[in-house]
Amino acid sequence: MSILEVRGLNVWFDLPEGGQLHAVQGVDLSVERGDRLGLVGESGCGKTTAMLALMGLLPPNATVSGEILLDGVDILADGERSIRPHRWVDMAIVFQSAMNAFNPVQTIGRQIREPMELHGSARGAGARRRTRDLLEMVGIPASAAGRYPHELSGGMRQRAALAMALACEPRVLFADEPTTALDVMVQAQILQRLVELADEFGLALVMVTHDLPVVAQVCDRATVMYAGRMAEHGTVDALFHEPRHPYTRLLFASTPDLYGDDEVLSIPGSPPRLDQPLVGCPFAPRCPEAIELCAEQQPAWLPVGEGHLAACHLNTHVPEGAR
Amino acid sequence: MSLLEVRDLATRYPVRRGLADALRGHPRRFARAVDGISFDLEAGQMLALVGESGCGKTTTAQSLLRMVEPTSGSIRLEGRDITHLSQRQLRPLRRTMQMVYQDPYESLDPRFRARQTVEEPMLVHGLGGSRAQRRGMVTELLERVGLTPPELYAERYPHQMSGGQRQRLAIAASLVLSPRLLVTDEPVSMLDVSVRAGVLDLLDGLRRESTMGVLMITHDLSTAAHFADDIAVMYLGRIVERGPAREVVRNPRHPYTKALLSVVPPRDPRLRTRPRILQGEAPDPVNVPPGCRFAPRCPFATDACRAEDPVLDGVRGRPGHQVACLRAEELAATEHPEVLTT
Repeated sequence: MSILEVRGLNVWFDLPEGGQLHAVQGVDLSVERGDRLGLVGESGCGKTTAMLALMGLLPPNATVSGEILLDGVDILADGERSIRPHRWVDMAIVFQSAMNAFNPVQTIGRQIREPMELHGSARGAGARRRTRDLLEMVGIPASAAGRYPHELSGGMRQRAALAMALACEPRVLFADEPTTALDVMVQAQILQRLVELADEFGLALVMVTHDLPVVAQVCDRATVMYAGRMAEHGTVDALFHEPRHPYTRLLFASTPDLYGDDEVLSIPGSPPRLDQPLVGCPFAPRCPEAIELCAEQQPAWLPVGEGHLAACHLNTHVPEGAR
Repeated sequence: MSLLEVRDLATRYPVRRGLADALRGHPRRFARAVDGISFDLEAGQMLALVGESGCGKTTTAQSLLRMVEPTSGSIRLEGRDITHLSQRQLRPLRRTMQMVYQDPYESLDPRFRARQTVEEPMLVHGLGGSRAQRRGMVTELLERVGLTPPELYAERYPHQMSGGQRQRLAIAASLVLSPRLLVTDEPVSMLDVSVRAGVLDLLDGLRRESTMGVLMITHDLSTAAHFADDIAVMYLGRIVERGPAREVVRNPRHPYTKALLSVVPPRDPRLRTRPRILQGEAPDPVNVPPGCRFAPRCPFATDACRAEDPVLDGVRGRPGHQVACLRAEELAATEHPEVLTT
């Protein structure tokens, strides 16, 4: 049984001017102990919203539906409130900007201790000792516990955020663009530590990012999202070498490779608005391979290989002329 | 004559000292943000200035455009020394040097329609002829940056445009005065991956057809490798390596460049690399170490490195390739990039 299994996750936001924005439209996800899954896509594709929904951290104007099975038990059954006892304890999160994750007027140490004390996993001297251990584990001197967030560099803060996420020994760790704001060298240091810690503790790591090379480097499998929906899921190797959705292929083609000679492409157009119902495949207007059907009918989420799924009509309909 | 000639440029910022320090008579200290760099940029050339935050790449750009005052050294634009020109003398020259900023959400006036954004520089500089001529120019530029049909985009406000479209608009506005030098600070890092190449292709095409020189500041080596002619790598206020983009990427000579390249993950998961991660962070520019400034983090540093400050010197047999490392030649003979296939 998976530690975390998500089925048919949907998120709507009520808009102030009326109407709703359907940010996440039927996302599935499943992770086991030791898994490293990437959730990949561009801004507005719903990857961050999906993750915040799983953590129960969405604002009050959001509505969530679907099943979030933690050890087989649906923790969304009684609404978002029932996620709360699991937050930080079973599932934790590291955000992109650690500056925003910390309260500026409290010391780093106090903020790392807080979830432990709140959830009763450690108190007093025990919590202090554990805080020092955690800081050293992520690669900062234990003395940083007495410092305030602004006294640390961006990389140090991100490490401290990682320490805070690990405070209650979660089994699932979400990382939302954990290194995007950092320099490449610091990014490499933190990704390396993140992977080592995930291995050491048998964490299931879910990494949300727009950065395909980072996913290729860190994750085993990935789900590519577009316009709130899943476009493709598979091993990172399959996604790169045998993509079965044109968006996946183009996303790789628009990412320059350091040593590659191939032309870097861009994808003309922009993603559809999600405050109106989508008809057909959301990528169809930008897809160079779209056939008539793509504009009319939503493609089904179908297996295209071992552990490889995609939502593209081209996998079931050979276009005219290509026969 | 090169379009831009920079010689021994240095820009220092005074570090704020507390009252107690001042009373104790502690001397004023300076952050050596740019600490003696020299380079040329040719007409039609795109040079990428790469490095980590705090290496001085943005201060270099600001110094070139005289947005901050250089402490020493010289900057020549089309042969003319602009280092010490007064702001008044600089004004007519501002047309020839333009800047495109990282964040197209911040750099555009939200109350201006696209056509006003493009027209504004002409009004400021009293150029562009009649109103009809200016309108014609706006239409032409919007078309040139790919905001087509121009009639449609001309009336839009920034909030009605995507990030990529905004950056195209910012580029259109920077081109209206036909600059000779365009400085772009991380022009695509705020944009979605799928639209980045479009904006970079635009810059690439513009410099080829207009012989405008482009200085692109970026932390993204892959982008630099694909779009720039030359790459200059900065570390702690200095250029430590420069050369043709492909040459620098495939045949790096400075240990810092090698480390920087090794941590760029390849797209292909089968080519997972074993990065040479440098521990720690770059020292701050107030306390620049003696000798080679990279020595404290360099796995190959010797006592000589800690004593002697290396100069940027030509790499033997590699035209256009320069490196500032005492041991570059010796290390080139023994080292190979490690690529681990899993």
